[in-house]
Amino acid sequence: MAIQTPSLELGAPLVQATAAAAGRGYWKSVARRLRRDPVTVICAAVLLLLVASALAAPWLGLADPYKTSMLRRLYPLGSPNHILGTDELGRDMLARLIYGGRLSLFMGVTPVVCALLIGGLLGITAGFVGGRTNMAIMRVMDVFYAFPSVLLAISLSGAMGAGTENTLLSLTLVFIPPVCRVSESVTTQVRGFDFVDAARASGASALTIVRVHVLGNVLGPILVYATSLISVAIILAAGLSFLGLGVKPPEPEWGLMLNTLRQAIYVNPVLAALPGVMIFITSICFNMMSDGLRAAMDVKA
Amino acid sequence: MLLYALRRLIYLVPVAFGVSLLVFGLVHLAPGDPISAIVPPDAPKEVIDKLKEYYGFDKPLPVQYLRWLGVTLTGDFGTSIGTGRPVASEVASAFGNTIILAIAATTLAFTLAVILGTAAAYAKSRIVDRLVTLISLVGVSVPHFWLAIVLVIIFAVELGALPPMGMGPENSTGWRFDRAHLAHMVLPTIALSVIPLGVVTRTVRSTIKETLSMEFVTALQAKGMNDSQILRHVLKNAAPTCLAVMGLQAGNLIGGSILIETVFAWPGTGFLLNSAIFRRDLPILQGTTLVLAGFFMLLNLTVDVIQTMVDPRIKRG
Repeated sequence: MAIQTPSLELGAPLVQATAAAAGRGYWKSVARRLRRDPVTVICAAVLLLLVASALAAPWLGLADPYKTSMLRRLYPLGSPNHILGTDELGRDMLARLIYGGRLSLFMGVTPVVCALLIGGLLGITAGFVGGRTNMAIMRVMDVFYAFPSVLLAISLSGAMGAGTENTLLSLTLVFIPPVCRVSESVTTQVRGFDFVDAARASGASALTIVRVHVLGNVLGPILVYATSLISVAIILAAGLSFLGLGVKPPEPEWGLMLNTLRQAIYVNPVLAALPGVMIFITSICFNMMSDGLRAAMDVKA
Repeated sequence: MLLYALRRLIYLVPVAFGVSLLVFGLVHLAPGDPISAIVPPDAPKEVIDKLKEYYGFDKPLPVQYLRWLGVTLTGDFGTSIGTGRPVASEVASAFGNTIILAIAATTLAFTLAVILGTAAAYAKSRIVDRLVTLISLVGVSVPHFWLAIVLVIIFAVELGALPPMGMGPENSTGWRFDRAHLAHMVLPTIALSVIPLGVVTRTVRSTIKETLSMEFVTALQAKGMNDSQILRHVLKNAAPTCLAVMGLQAGNLIGGSILIETVFAWPGTGFLLNSAIFRRDLPILQGTTLVLAGFFMLLNLTVDVIQTMVDPRIKRG
């Protein structure tokens, strides 16, 4: 669950990518390579299925995920009417696992998207403007880097108190520094290339240079990185809920379900492990997608 | 070398200042006032004011910060609101317990990672390489607190082979090197080691693969050197990158042990942090966070210095 900052040797593939990125052809060839990679296609399909079922949950004819029943507690897997059994309060597990995807996926994706916008903006600004602005932004990021990522998320959430908004806020804060660092380093590299000087000499405004040259080159590496960050975010968000710092009961959420089902490990161990399987599948799919994207975007390959 | 270490140490000062500001700010992120956590809601105003004065919460923020910083720098982290004992001693004993677990977990993870990563990089057959890649992928993707629960289910509940929680037998205090205490360490060690195992295996594999494709390896082969001699050169070249990643992982493991320590009720810093959060014991929360962040900074510094020692090519300005 540790955030890995990717190796920053983007230089070599970047230069080649730049030439190819000039037209739409680059993204087309990336899409073509992705389609030919069976692992990535399967992962994308699984993720699509998870997202679609979470979104369509109310129309799937599932049991009410909130309806408790003291008589039907901890039914085993394969029970009639409850294919995946029932939880410690008699609620249908299948319904809760599918509904749980709503919050779990939302809490994994949202912080990364927010961090991409804020961290990306800060990083590109720091890299493009340079000088004192760069110093100021990057030194503030260094402070956040002085904390292990999980500790930072937990201390912030712990101080602010439980709740979905607080979790989103603390996770976003945790992901801004790595995104900022990656986009800063790529931007600084891009700024040094001759074509940027050429663009400037031919009268392109700073905004145009950022939009065309910097964003065009930063987007690829950042997208790959963000996909792997979502996997970290989903585990971290579930972890916070597991500790009681994230989503509050009775909301269905995978991390929280793992926590409340812990008391059942002596009665129905397989049931107690189910929510974790969902987290695992989601996170491994995002990681494999990230690897696939990396391979597809690396022009050397 | 010494000069470089010193320079890096000086550079840490502004970062440490920022860290202290952030940790101090934690208390003020908390909803409501820090005193309200420990007094009953119907407490008379005089009592609340007295307590505020006692903890220094009646002063303006900058004054509070400077006072807190001054006291903290002398090693006094205040008093736990929950237990009334000094924060420093509580954090110190918990930190010791976390380190015991961290040493076991990093040793396991790094040893396995180097073996697996090197094997994958050298593997002639694709199967070995694929298998190792899969192991490292699972390592970084598995929710480790879930793995901890699964381990408890298998080895404690179903097989009854290992204890599910605690640091030792019920009546023992502190940690000793004996069978009973080691048995309690097995499951938490495995659960903690999966993330660093995944990350480091990946790094070792890709770094060694990259090194193997360098020209000097071909030159050594042309010279007639055998594989095990070449491996020594390769490892030496791959070491700095791998060391850096290992250092970061060790720090993350220590700072991120809260979930595993909670599952296994291991009385370390993570467990302390967790109980502090739920008792709203902000001095403990502050103290633990500060100690862990400080340790993380020093660890990163040490890794950087070791890296320059191992790799003379790195010249840092």
